[in-house]
Amino acid sequence: MIKQRPRSRRSSFGEPLMQGLLWSSVLLITGAFMWLCSDIVRHGFRQLSWDFLTQLPRDTGRSGGIGPILVSTGLIIGVCLGVSIPLGVGTAVFLNEFSAPQRWLSQFLGISLDILAGVPSIVFGLFGNAFFCKTLGLGFSILSGGLTLACMVLPILIRSTQAGLQSVPNDYRLSAAALGVSRSAVLWQVLLPAAMPGLVVGLLLGIGRAIAETAALLFTSGYVDRMPTSLMDSGRALSVHIYDLAVNVAGGEQNAYGTALVLVLLLMMINGSVSWLGKRFQQTRILDV
Amino acid sequence: MTLISSSSTQKSGVAPAALHTEKLTMQYARKVAFRDVTLSVPAGQITALIGPSGCGKTSFLNCLNRLTELTPNTQTTGTVLLDGQNIQAMELIQLRRRVGMLFQKPNPFPLSIYRNLEFPLQEHGIGQRDRVAQIIEINLRRVGLWEEVKDRLKSPALALSGGQQQRLCLARTLALNPEVLLMDEPCSALDPISSEVVEALIDRLRGDYTVLVVTHNLAQARRIADRVALFWMEDTVGKLIESGSGQELFESPQHPLTQAYISGKRG
Repeated sequence: MIKQRPRSRRSSFGEPLMQGLLWSSVLLITGAFMWLCSDIVRHGFRQLSWDFLTQLPRDTGRSGGIGPILVSTGLIIGVCLGVSIPLGVGTAVFLNEFSAPQRWLSQFLGISLDILAGVPSIVFGLFGNAFFCKTLGLGFSILSGGLTLACMVLPILIRSTQAGLQSVPNDYRLSAAALGVSRSAVLWQVLLPAAMPGLVVGLLLGIGRAIAETAALLFTSGYVDRMPTSLMDSGRALSVHIYDLAVNVAGGEQNAYGTALVLVLLLMMINGSVSWLGKRFQQTRILDV
Repeated sequence: MTLISSSSTQKSGVAPAALHTEKLTMQYARKVAFRDVTLSVPAGQITALIGPSGCGKTSFLNCLNRLTELTPNTQTTGTVLLDGQNIQAMELIQLRRRVGMLFQKPNPFPLSIYRNLEFPLQEHGIGQRDRVAQIIEINLRRVGLWEEVKDRLKSPALALSGGQQQRLCLARTLALNPEVLLMDEPCSALDPISSEVVEALIDRLRGDYTVLVVTHNLAQARRIADRVALFWMEDTVGKLIESGSGQELFESPQHPLTQAYISGKRG
């Protein structure tokens, strides 16, 4: 027989206290987030217009729009994701599915990746400046910036893809092998779709980190606010523009708010579409219960 | 539908093949799973591997389609002959097509019921839509699943019951037209009724396939097996103690361990 544990006085007293603590922490966090958002929306909303999104910045950004900056940001993120997704997913797949699991090697790699994921962005910026801009001779360019961001995003992407693949039951691999199905086929048809939630989380975290990045980009893609004509041009990212307007340009606050609002909206749009695409990819391939 | 003539519901083409192991030994990094197993598995018959847990029966089974190669640091010595051919010399994908496997736990892919059979078929170069549909229907019928699932072929396989999943897995393996079927306690994870259904299916495969089935259920072995092989653990190493026809082994066992095991005194 199961005995009902007598309720101690302490727990009946502790319960409301615990609940109160939990609720207040929830309110604190959502409150801070709401305050931040409402501040940006309140100040930035008036700036938002088609002209703001498409025109060139004038008077070092005090007036005019953010057209070239949006384009540069898009290109930088594009380079970053174009490089980091195949490389990151490929690395994770290789480590989890194709390499012999030598314990010490994979452990060492895991620790290195975790450390890399936590390295301050300014360090990545200096590395990018030294390696991409100088050693490879790419100079201050969108390409350098995108590649530097890719380095930052890679560890996050690799780790979460690995976690996603690890969560896929080994049964699928075994039964596929026993049916004489090639490893690459089972990877495409079953493992990757099943690991998709992990991959999407990694992508969202990575994109969030990349799109919000300022320090690393100052050193690599520079802050020229002209419309870029190629990946070798210097280009100013949204976050750099906000930083510049808020810190260096007196009277630039209004446009800084407007740009911040655009940045937040852009991030939400990207996150939404990545989640949607991930779900689509998963649903067209596998059917979970 | 008269798409399928009665003759085509039977196994088509390939004849069952005999398996023979000669002094087969397998070891994991630190432990020898079984040593020096020499066993003949005649074509078209059902051979049951019995014995207590941990005596190397599953490891032995996994050697026969080289599934052990997925586990790092395993080493196999000795030879396995499939229809006289050394399996080490065969192409892995070809070997696994000829030697199918059914696992203890039903393990359909997280795909639709239809796709579970279609995907491996496509991988083996059978991609023509009508032909694939035909093979799938034939094999779902053979495992008695067609009537149950024909209206929901596009729904997830994982939504099926355990017994249905196991029958789906059998259909998936049969669709590749193997010569040998390895089964690792195929009924032990199922409820009694599903277990009975699967057992009846295995019984019906006799003659068309060479079946090697690991079972802990002595009564089941007695019911379905033409031949029986008893594995036992000696000094932490699995060994083949005795093998023979079901009748011989159950009626007049030669080895004292066999006597003790089948009478329930040991194991």
